[in-house]
Amino acid sequence: MQTTRKAKIVLEDGTVLEGESFGSERSVAGEVVFNTAMTGYPESLTDPSYAGQVLVSTYPLVGNYGVPQRGTDGRGLSLNYESEKIHVEALVVADYSRDYSHWKADRSLADWLEDEGVPAVTGIDTRALTKVLREHGSMKGKVIIEGCDEPAWVDPNADNLVARVSCREVIEYAGGSKVVVLVDCGVKHNIIRCLLRRGVTVVRVPWDYDFNTLRWDGLFISNGPGDPSLCGVAVENIRRALDAGKPVCGICMGNQLLSQAAGATTYKLKYGHRGHNQPVRRVGTDRCYITSQNHGFAVDDTRLGNDWAPLFTNMNDGTNEGIRHKVKPFFSAQFHPEAASGPTDTDFIFDEFTSLL
Amino acid sequence: MQDNKLRKVLLLGSGALKIGEAGEFDYSGSQALKALKEEGIETVLINPNIATVQTSEGVADKIYFLPVTPYFVERVIDKERPDGILLSFGGQTALNCGVALYKAGVLERYGTRVLGTPVQAIMDTEDRELFVERLDEIGVKTIKSEAVETIDAAVEAAERLGYPVIIRAAYALGGLGSGFCDDREELLTKAEKAFSFSPQILVEKSLKGWKEIEYEVVRDRYDNCITVCNMENFDPLGIHTGESIVVAPSQTLSNTDYHKLRELSIKIIRHIGIVGECNVQYAYDPASEDYRVIEVNARLSRSSALASKATGYPLAFIAAKLGLGYGLYELRNSVTRDTSAFFEPALDYIVCKIPRWDLGKFQGVDRVLGSSMKSVGEVMSIGRTFEEAIQKGLRMIGQGMHGFVENKELVIADIDRALREPTDKRIFVISKAMRRGYTIDQIHELTKIDKWFLYKLRGIIDTAEELERLDSLDDLDADLLRRAKRQGFSDFQVARAVLKERMNADTEGYGLAVRAIRKAAGIVPVVKQIDTLAAEYPARTNYLYLTYNGTEHDIDYEGDHRSVIVLGSGAYRIGSSVEFDWCSVNALGTVRQAGWRSVMINYNPETVSTDYDMCDRLYFDELTFERVMDIVELETPHGVVLSTGGQIPQNLATRLDEQHVPVLGTQPEWVDNAEDRHKFSALMDSLGVDQPRWRELTSIDDIHDFVAEVGYPVLVRPSYVLSGAAMNVCSNDAELVDFLRLAAEVSQKHPVVVTEFVQNAQEVEMDAVARDGEIVVYAISEHIEFAGVHSGDATIQFPPQKLYVETVRRIKKTAGQIARALHISGPFNIQFLAKDNDIKVIECNLRASRSFPFVSKVLKLNFIEIATKVMLGLPVERPAKNEFDLDYVGIKASQFSFSRLQKADPVLGVDMVSTGEVGCLGEDTYEALLNSMLSVGQRIPEHSILLSSGTARQKADMLEPAMMLHRKGYKLYATAGTHKFLEDNGIPSTRVRKPSEEGEFPDALQLIHERQIDMVVNIPRTLEKRELSDGYKIRRAAIDFNIPLITNARLATTFIRAFCKMSQDDISIKSWDEYK
Repeated sequence: MQTTRKAKIVLEDGTVLEGESFGSERSVAGEVVFNTAMTGYPESLTDPSYAGQVLVSTYPLVGNYGVPQRGTDGRGLSLNYESEKIHVEALVVADYSRDYSHWKADRSLADWLEDEGVPAVTGIDTRALTKVLREHGSMKGKVIIEGCDEPAWVDPNADNLVARVSCREVIEYAGGSKVVVLVDCGVKHNIIRCLLRRGVTVVRVPWDYDFNTLRWDGLFISNGPGDPSLCGVAVENIRRALDAGKPVCGICMGNQLLSQAAGATTYKLKYGHRGHNQPVRRVGTDRCYITSQNHGFAVDDTRLGNDWAPLFTNMNDGTNEGIRHKVKPFFSAQFHPEAASGPTDTDFIFDEFTSLL
Repeated sequence: MQDNKLRKVLLLGSGALKIGEAGEFDYSGSQALKALKEEGIETVLINPNIATVQTSEGVADKIYFLPVTPYFVERVIDKERPDGILLSFGGQTALNCGVALYKAGVLERYGTRVLGTPVQAIMDTEDRELFVERLDEIGVKTIKSEAVETIDAAVEAAERLGYPVIIRAAYALGGLGSGFCDDREELLTKAEKAFSFSPQILVEKSLKGWKEIEYEVVRDRYDNCITVCNMENFDPLGIHTGESIVVAPSQTLSNTDYHKLRELSIKIIRHIGIVGECNVQYAYDPASEDYRVIEVNARLSRSSALASKATGYPLAFIAAKLGLGYGLYELRNSVTRDTSAFFEPALDYIVCKIPRWDLGKFQGVDRVLGSSMKSVGEVMSIGRTFEEAIQKGLRMIGQGMHGFVENKELVIADIDRALREPTDKRIFVISKAMRRGYTIDQIHELTKIDKWFLYKLRGIIDTAEELERLDSLDDLDADLLRRAKRQGFSDFQVARAVLKERMNADTEGYGLAVRAIRKAAGIVPVVKQIDTLAAEYPARTNYLYLTYNGTEHDIDYEGDHRSVIVLGSGAYRIGSSVEFDWCSVNALGTVRQAGWRSVMINYNPETVSTDYDMCDRLYFDELTFERVMDIVELETPHGVVLSTGGQIPQNLATRLDEQHVPVLGTQPEWVDNAEDRHKFSALMDSLGVDQPRWRELTSIDDIHDFVAEVGYPVLVRPSYVLSGAAMNVCSNDAELVDFLRLAAEVSQKHPVVVTEFVQNAQEVEMDAVARDGEIVVYAISEHIEFAGVHSGDATIQFPPQKLYVETVRRIKKTAGQIARALHISGPFNIQFLAKDNDIKVIECNLRASRSFPFVSKVLKLNFIEIATKVMLGLPVERPAKNEFDLDYVGIKASQFSFSRLQKADPVLGVDMVSTGEVGCLGEDTYEALLNSMLSVGQRIPEHSILLSSGTARQKADMLEPAMMLHRKGYKLYATAGTHKFLEDNGIPSTRVRKPSEEGEFPDALQLIHERQIDMVVNIPRTLEKRELSDGYKIRRAAIDFNIPLITNARLATTFIRAFCKMSQDDISIKSWDEYK
């Protein structure tokens, strides 16, 4: 048997659960959130929207299929991940599988976590932990590895996490003649892949970049971590862009920023939506979709301007899942149509957007 | 929105349980009926399976115990005039019947609308060629397959595709008539057989070694789709999914893999146009993202029942609602009751399904697993690690295994071969190979099982080896013990690993010692809920399991002693199936009605008792002593009911009693007095009740002495084995010596019980309920066959039509004496032999028997309800009615699944071999018998019958029926002896030659192949089972070519009389409530 260090997760409310370390041997602090997906740990761990968060997997068996190789394609997009690196602060699971098996795997999850300096705990009753988070809401927490210094509490939502994960300069992905400006609030690579697949040129700009100075045919606002109310600069840029009347679409954080530009406010959900099974309904229709989600904040769509309307709602708790302008080609989704990880049912969002260009 | 025009809907059931079509359809049908009832729709059910829950009072408004065949269903439609019909809840039987009715224009003629998936979509999925075409339209890959209608075309196709190929019969149940062919020769044999089941067979390229993955997909009429669950087969492609260990959710698929297949599933269901539920099976390349769609089942299936239990998502219920026109978004998640039914369950546990085989019961059967199904039941285990789930599951199977390790040593001559050619023992062969030092790579190479599963299994071995290094239970440290428990080790396994052979001195005591050690160390299981959403939303679910991989219970216990725990019956197996589920469900219902908290423990995903709606709390968990004690300690119940779940709960009686667990009903010490052969015999002697003479003997000489006393034939069996495993009847010295040498060990340690075998005696059953030793209600029924055919295989008539009044009186009196002597309070069953008014007791079970639902429904008195009331101490009145007042007859007939069990000899004997049964009603014996025989797949012959009867007495018995057949205009064929006998008695017949005979007479086998015969009556000469004899070959040919076969003289004569006296058209179409 490999010797392992003991590790524990400690929550703000005093909850302590003990397990064993299987990642990097260092202690960290962040906001503890849970995800109910049953697959997709390489994608989730590299999703920039998880910046600052300790991710708890409700599905107990993790690591079964190892980790696919790193590396990028000719355009600089990750081959198998959603960004260049792991963004979670730490990972908490019930039953980490040291042995893995998959033709695409080139190392174990533990090796990868260790390489990237990310701690992880296994042997935790993640269902019990999830119930605490469900009842008390997402909380500050720490992952403490035996023999490592204990960090101070951290509230990542107080920081501008978008600024932390956004690109630093403009990157162009050449495609067709239509140009889409992509505001990078912490974009998942699959959003870029989904756009490129539809034959457009993508100009990825930093979150606070004034893209109104550029020539573009459509505007796309990406996902991203943390509190949307800290992204005032971006909202201001979007608001000005709306005057152009050209197609605008947003995902997740993008939905929240577009909503703010449309006059609505955002608020923090008790414990967020993170998983692959969130049902949404297109407002006023019989059409429903299973979506992949990862967000802790939501749009209060009762405060949308008169020209705007909700586009999708969550069928479990009735929260907003997207908005649309009543006449102009502006719309957005709170869920992740690009999936990766998760169900691909709402991929049509990209078609709807590019068809407007 | 639902369709308001529907007032009356007909649901087709699946008939008798058979291999490939079992209890799962009772569950799905019951759910559908519940969904219809909620809408105020009048329901009509056709299902001859009288032991099911769906055919119980109040589930459907009208119930017809009639064959699910186009002929009978049309007549019911004509009478009932339903507005709609549901075809997808009764397995392939209902689906095939529905398609036939549609094609014949019957549904249109009567204006009966098919609800849910349109028939065209069903046909698109059932006909391989159409299916491939439809999927080609959307660019979805299928297994390259060619539909052929002749043997020559099959050979050509195979040569084009390249061997190995797989062939399958179109429109067949669970892979019937399918198989792998490595070369031309194999193809020729298998193709011929497949053509006997279907006019079309399919030849496909084999993809052995690919992963097999399934998705359960749901679609509503608004085109909204969800996949409720995916499942991964532990065994790679090549082994029928019904024969595979299956896990849910998939374990070795990455996100890309998972969602690629999910997306395809939705694309397929949309294109085909399913409204309701379907199952999509894939072959998936383990080394790329290449895939093939194996098949789509446009109906509820075994997998959908499993998926429902694995996720808590009630697929059949929802599918029925969608058939009525609802959208998914209009329905609620029935577990959370707040969230929408349009969602995909998130699991936070892993389930493992393991098939249960009973191949040991069949003489000559081929034990190698392949593309056709042989298992008779299954279990589902739930854990939070794979190791925990698989070890639990291996115990649940109930064949004496304790998990993956610490079992009785398996003797395997050639491990390599046993890994390469899987049998029902495959998983234990892996265990053995690992112990022998085989590497993961070697085992993977031989089995093609994904290495992830093998690594996990290896981990179990590692822990076992660590435990084995200890010498005393005192050396167990908490960390190791906790790890073992988290990997699903039972206390017994831990004790055996540490103590090795010393364990045998006191297995139970050492198991309890480990229990004490771990409880002292705080190592106890926790109770978790199955809530469909991985704890994301609060759920009011009562669907529970236990795990060591957790630190906190999901529920709080009241400690009010208001729980009554009913133990279920475990995996369906030969000898214990849906009838005990009916008993359990009725016991739960009565407990609930009486105001107690009803608690169920069971682990069979095919059952209604494991539907969390049926009780206040469901523990989907093991029925081992250890686990039952864990639950008892949590529930602190008022009492435990052991007598409604068959033999598994009954076997726990003494041990639970020793731990002071309150057992309701007949007390364990009296159960022991009935189960222990010696105690029971002594008791019978003291009562002056006669039994066939028997003795427990320890040497061959003693056996010979005993036989000299009682004479042949004798029944020989190892002691303490109930329901007759390894039983045999020996008719002479040679057979006796042979049997004892080959099948049984005779020693001081392993005594053999030898019993006098009474020939030509009638067998009579008494099912009853007593209170404090006084019989409250009883039912006496008689077997059509003479004693010697296992009571589970016999055709049973109730009320009896041919018993002497004197015999009945004696039986009642004796049963009363026994009930008093054993202080019975609850259900019991006694089997008697009756000959010339002398009666002998052959068996007595102080629990509900297989025939309880049958007699309860025929008599319209719920014996289990009465028994449960007795056990709860509630008042019960002696019912006013009596079986002898009935103006109708019920006949229970057995369903055999020999066609699935290649090479098995289809004869009946003292060992039970039937997989299911039906119970039908009629004005008299003939009508009831015809109904029930047609329900189990017999057909009334149209032209020619082959007779071949054994002994002189049997021939004499057959004389009158043979004359009737002749007068009816049937052409008779007969083997030499029978031909001569018929000739001597003036009945013309054509002599045929047996396989071993030479000569100019037509070859019996040839006639069967050419279907010139449409019924075979072949009576084996003696009771002994023989392979490769002429009789065997004729019987087997009849089975392989799907020609009705009867092997019992008494049953044959009764059946022949019945169809000679009345035709199918004379059968009256009467629902259960019309028999008054």
